[in-house]
Amino acid sequence: MAGKDLFRRLVRVSDAVTENFAAGVLERLGFGYPRLRELREDIVYVSNCGFGHSGPYRPFKSWGPIVQAVSGLTFTSGLPDQPPAGWGYSYMDHTGAYYMAMALLMALVHRQRTGEGQWVDLAMTEAATTLNGPALLDYTVNGRGMRREGQPHSNRSDSPPMAPHGIYAARGEDQWIAIACRDASDWRALAECVAQSWTANARFSELEARLAHQDELDEKLGVWTAERDKFQLQEQLQKAGVPAAAVQTPPERIDADPNTEAWGLWPAPTHPVMGDVRVDGLPVHLSETDWEIARGAPLLGEHNQLIYGDLLGLSADDLERLRAEGAI
Amino acid sequence: MSAAGGALEGIRAIELSDERIAFAGKLLGDMGAEVIAVEPPGGQRMRSYPPFRDDRPDAERSLYWWHYNTSKFGVTLDWTRPQGRELLRRLVSEADLLIESEEPGTLDQLGLGYAELSALNPRLVMVSMTPFGQRGPRSEERATDLTLLAGGGPAWSCGYDDHSLPPVRGGGNQAYQTGCHFAVISALVALLARDETGRGQFIDVNLHAAANVTTEAGSYHYLVSGEIVQRQTGRHAGSRPSPPMQRRCADGRYVNTGVGLRRPADFAALCEWLESAGLDRSFGKMPALRDAAGREKLDAMRAARDPAIAEMLAAGREAIDHLADHLSAYDFFVGGQERGIPVGAVYSPEEALEDPHHRARGIQVSVEHPELGRSFDYPGAPYLFSGTPWRIQRRAPRLGEHNQSVYAELGVSPAELSELRAAGVV
Repeated sequence: MAGKDLFRRLVRVSDAVTENFAAGVLERLGFGYPRLRELREDIVYVSNCGFGHSGPYRPFKSWGPIVQAVSGLTFTSGLPDQPPAGWGYSYMDHTGAYYMAMALLMALVHRQRTGEGQWVDLAMTEAATTLNGPALLDYTVNGRGMRREGQPHSNRSDSPPMAPHGIYAARGEDQWIAIACRDASDWRALAECVAQSWTANARFSELEARLAHQDELDEKLGVWTAERDKFQLQEQLQKAGVPAAAVQTPPERIDADPNTEAWGLWPAPTHPVMGDVRVDGLPVHLSETDWEIARGAPLLGEHNQLIYGDLLGLSADDLERLRAEGAI
Repeated sequence: MSAAGGALEGIRAIELSDERIAFAGKLLGDMGAEVIAVEPPGGQRMRSYPPFRDDRPDAERSLYWWHYNTSKFGVTLDWTRPQGRELLRRLVSEADLLIESEEPGTLDQLGLGYAELSALNPRLVMVSMTPFGQRGPRSEERATDLTLLAGGGPAWSCGYDDHSLPPVRGGGNQAYQTGCHFAVISALVALLARDETGRGQFIDVNLHAAANVTTEAGSYHYLVSGEIVQRQTGRHAGSRPSPPMQRRCADGRYVNTGVGLRRPADFAALCEWLESAGLDRSFGKMPALRDAAGREKLDAMRAARDPAIAEMLAAGREAIDHLADHLSAYDFFVGGQERGIPVGAVYSPEEALEDPHHRARGIQVSVEHPELGRSFDYPGAPYLFSGTPWRIQRRAPRLGEHNQSVYAELGVSPAELSELRAAGVV
């Protein structure tokens, strides 16, 4: 009970409670939203679980790959005549947290104006489903789903229509370059860089024609790119005004990319055990209240004294007793 | 305040309409903010993007426009011209937020940069989202969603075991959408800060950086241990190969088979699942499963030294595959989950919309299109707020739909508006 009592005290001095237990766990421990609200009337509570706190799948369990599968995100990432490639990591672990942050801040903005708190029931599969974008309306309005011949082909772009648009082999093992022609002028600029007679073929002159002959276009362009270094291609095409980017490996984008370096994207907060380890920074800079990662992740119990002692006012004896009981 | 009011009610945002930033305006508008999308008089490019309603290309039938511009008001304005510039300044003077994604320097050159605008309205929060940020060595480069995911890291981790196939861009404009998540988060932070200080600020959102920090192990394996992950079919890229996690079911659809069972209770559930599906007789390793189910605990770490444990774990994986081979993807997903085994069906987007659980929670909402005399179902709430529900306030604006009301509020008379229209300013 000592642990629960500490938790109650913490809630009373806090603006928000966030968690991503399976649905119902916090409630079972006696801290569902009604109880949290008794502890602090204007509390903002954001729960994040796979399938949410209502509906037939409430007890179902998940982690990133399951969420991505059940939402359509895995299906839409891949090449035709291949199994789904999916996301090669837990994209929804990141993005679920972004939705938690947005929900929390929106609820705080509302509380600031009205004094009212609330509960946000965030179901990852739901948030993920809405990320499929206009394809969802193509289904509800036109009745056309994504499960059809030739789909998905996520390296191409039907909406907006672009061709060429793809990831092409570059010189060397497992080296690749992405190229996207947004319009006629990008295509003309690319054709000038390629400087081969096939680019003048009528089959590739207009967008409609290039879309219709995309397999052939990709093949011919891929032969040209395969003999060239991906970064030299990127530079040459960018100079001509064509969107192009090397598929960067982690060391290339972390150690050698002038943009991430200049941005300060990889700060190295001091960690008492691991030393100075670089971490992900933030992709935003705010002119008045910018971010700073002042310290690494906390060690186990590192701030017990700060939070229970200084903030909640517990004595050294109290802390010792709680430690002996295994409550902290 | 009534429950119908959104969390962001009373906040006014001006959006310089653009395909990169449009999703941020939708996220704000669907939570109650008053978002005014400002388009060029000829219409924003998004209106020409397919798919179109009934496949008939038309500026008012683009489902791309419909999706990304819900809940917004729409006005037309050529802000490159002096009169247009002046009107935009007046709009921004009354706004809390300006969100935009013009190329770096464009607005400064027109006298519409943050310095000028904040002098008019010190409380303004301005969010500028660009491919590489406002300054820096790559800020002049051209980019699309594809090139951002390629250069920013996600594509390196996505694709197939067969590395002769190219890396894959995840579907659905996720580079832009990730940038918009950060645009909204930082805008809300700045609004809360403004409540304390009375002053707005400028926010520089970098899409390339947003992709870089949304790559999970791709970054931290390298940052912490110098390891480079390699892409694998339908599962996490890893610095060492991992077993397959995706399987084709009896109906041809795929499932995610999870990470393998560890607890005796899971093996008991697996036995019961095989039996109730009538698949226990065709599965050759029931004794190993029953053995695992009867143990007090299973220490997977010991599998390397204990052949019996290794056999049980392997039998568990094979049993899952056996079930997938004989069930539909949906029955496999629900059958496993009902027994506490975390697996998932690889749904197409429309199947996710039609799933009974998502439907029960309201994943489809009806939005009225009054000019057509009918309603359409739209994707619903990404989160359920108890006090201030997410809600599509109205369908995306038609071209110039709110010119009259919005400009009248700025004191533009109907006669002046006609002149502006005739001059091509609105």
